[in-house]
Amino acid sequence: MNIKEILTGQEQDKLFLLGNEAAVRGALESGVSVATTYPGTPSSEIGNVLSVLAQDAGMYFEFSINEKVALEVAAAAAASGLRSFTFMKHVGVNVASDSLMSVAYTSVQGGMVILTADDPSMFSSQNEQDNRHYARLANIPLLEASSPQEVKDLMKYAYELSEEFQLPVILRTTTRVSHMRGVVELGPLAESKNKGHFEKDPHRFVPVPVTARIMHKNLVDKMDKIGVLSNNSSLNPIYNNNGNIGIVTSGSAFNYVMDVVEENDLPVNILKVTFSYPFPEKRVYEFLENVERVLVVEEVDPIMEKEIMAVVGKHQLKKTVHGKLDGTLPMIYEYNPDIIIQGLGKMMGVEIAAIKAAKTSFELPKRPPTLCPGCPHRAAYFEVKKAAENLKLNDLIFPTDIGCYTLGIESPYEVADYLLSMGSSIGTSCGFSKATDQTVVSFIGDSTFFHAGIPPLINAVHNKNKFVLVILDNRTTAMTGGQPHPGLPVDGMGLEAPELSIPDIVRASGVEFVEIINPLNVHKSSEIFEKALQFDKVAVVISQYPCMLIKTREEKGKNIILDVQDDKCTKCNTCIMELACPAIYTRDDGKIRIDPLMCRRCNVCVQTCPEKAIRAKRIDKAGEEG
Amino acid sequence: MHPYQIYISGVGGQGIIKTSVIMGEAAMKKNLPVVVGEIHGMSQRGGEVSTQMKIGTSHSPLIEESNADLILAFEPLEALRGVNMVNKDTHVVMNTAPIYPFNISQSEHSYPDSSTILNELQSHAKKVITMDADEMAKKAGHILSMNMVMLGGAVAVTGFPLDKESIIKSMYDNLPERSIPINLKAFEEGFKFCMENL
Repeated sequence: MNIKEILTGQEQDKLFLLGNEAAVRGALESGVSVATTYPGTPSSEIGNVLSVLAQDAGMYFEFSINEKVALEVAAAAAASGLRSFTFMKHVGVNVASDSLMSVAYTSVQGGMVILTADDPSMFSSQNEQDNRHYARLANIPLLEASSPQEVKDLMKYAYELSEEFQLPVILRTTTRVSHMRGVVELGPLAESKNKGHFEKDPHRFVPVPVTARIMHKNLVDKMDKIGVLSNNSSLNPIYNNNGNIGIVTSGSAFNYVMDVVEENDLPVNILKVTFSYPFPEKRVYEFLENVERVLVVEEVDPIMEKEIMAVVGKHQLKKTVHGKLDGTLPMIYEYNPDIIIQGLGKMMGVEIAAIKAAKTSFELPKRPPTLCPGCPHRAAYFEVKKAAENLKLNDLIFPTDIGCYTLGIESPYEVADYLLSMGSSIGTSCGFSKATDQTVVSFIGDSTFFHAGIPPLINAVHNKNKFVLVILDNRTTAMTGGQPHPGLPVDGMGLEAPELSIPDIVRASGVEFVEIINPLNVHKSSEIFEKALQFDKVAVVISQYPCMLIKTREEKGKNIILDVQDDKCTKCNTCIMELACPAIYTRDDGKIRIDPLMCRRCNVCVQTCPEKAIRAKRIDKAGEEG
Repeated sequence: MHPYQIYISGVGGQGIIKTSVIMGEAAMKKNLPVVVGEIHGMSQRGGEVSTQMKIGTSHSPLIEESNADLILAFEPLEALRGVNMVNKDTHVVMNTAPIYPFNISQSEHSYPDSSTILNELQSHAKKVITMDADEMAKKAGHILSMNMVMLGGAVAVTGFPLDKESIIKSMYDNLPERSIPINLKAFEEGFKFCMENL
């Protein structure tokens, strides 16, 4: 499939789409005019696809500087009568939350959908927070999708709901839905409005105490009405209808339940909750009437489980509720069919499937992700540690941040000591430099610096901190797949855009020590790090070299290989132990080799080999050596 | 229809997702229900990657343990890591070219040797077909066509629910035009090898 088919596909066509791609089609079928995001897995592909399609679709799309701004751009568009779509990973909603709380009060004019992509089991996140709580916190409606088709269909429904009640709607996916690929039948595209018009109404749009009190009352009244809808919604259907056991489930967990129940022909009743906030209490009450015991299957927190216990308590029903709280199912992490089999078996007192899975007779080595061959971060890490060693500094703290460079946690780099969230490297460096006498060197990426690094840097200067900040500027948002940011001359739709200079921003923030290095120049960079470490205020070193994943695409002739000269190599293993580059390996006979296909010829090993045993060598064709 | 369940495993960057998209679209065009579960993000930086796929009626792409009909392993260690998906009727098609974890020299557990990997898999599966798909891809014209060697191997397996022609058509729909000749050659090599060694 060509990605453009998500736009050009006709009604009733079938496409094989990721949940994230289906969200884009849903936006196109809803006539969305403005879409915004800050990239974050598992939501990243939504933005990647929109950045390709937005222009042809006649809509506006941007990679915003962070999620708060993304939500604000979308809120203003919706206040102006346009349909807007903002989407982010679960922790992105934390960043956006300040404005999210108010947009429920101010209400919207055009429909507004906020997609949160939660990450149970933390495939690529720092936590597995359950964003269904946000619907409760902000008091706005929540829909939960279980398949790509549903993602698309719920997008359309969410816009209708949003416009009918003039409230934003949250659509929650999880990694297994965002990255599930399935057959999606398309609906008709909708025309999107080019421009809206903002009708002034301060009583509606400016929440100050006197207006906010009224707004909150209106919000509660609206949510009462929407509660009637969720109780009667066809989005909360009942399946099966036999036996005295009930299962209430939502999202991905619904899929696992259905597979296990159908495969084993189990006599149970299933209530699928898609329109999950306002919680459909009445629906649940009716469902409970026909069962004696109910198992609640949800990811991640026991939210519905407690809601159902409340229904049981309120009506003094003699029903048992099983789930996370009584240990029938695990409290944390994502579910899968095997977990459901065990939980249901425990509850029913039977063994549902008796097959014992095969196991290896020995432990397997793990395969942790690592920095790519030629990654400029590897060089920067080496140089910082070398500089500290030269200055005999041995008590260092390395606050780190969110991006590929968090992989610096692995041996042998070990340059990731503390991490909270986007931008926390700088804020926590302020704290460490006040709280201890240890040397603080923190790392942040270029995109993360723009996202949340600027206010804490200003804080650091104003409050007279001393630490070294390394801005790892690899000219892209690498971890999430290479999206642009304000430091690049291109915007989210691929159009030319003003390129903001990181060094200028750093200088304007009052930093007196600002140096730019090319990290692949090992000795010079180490010297600059030494100077930075001796500076008695905030020192910023900007390590500038493009991500190798971009560089590779641009690469032309590949007629150079890096070659280990066996007569010089003493097998000291410095290259293997200190650089841990995936391209450098030890052969069975103990000789060290560099894989010419993996090697990106960054020359860092050439410069750091104590025996000068590695050299660059010209060959006719790469891949013939080794 | 009871779903045909495929577990594809390997290392980030080997073209696993593309392979599953080609299979899945071919299934869709034959009006077969199909779902795929992919892994994106952090695990792609040289970490282990697996894709799970069900062709036939199913809600979730996640395969219950011991329930895979086919393991398509792009790397030997990753084949072994999927052994919990194997049962006595499972076919395993495995690329024998190893990719060592970057920290293997400091790892508590060593990389198992090839005969150990083969023995372990053979003791649990119906049939294990091994081929040096890296080498076959290079012969076809480019190492990056390794995933198409593996795809060819999968199509040859008894019970695989899609025919060769529909897979080839799906390759045309999903691969850059200029890469088609090499990829087709790689696909045919994998197909032929597996047919002869089933």
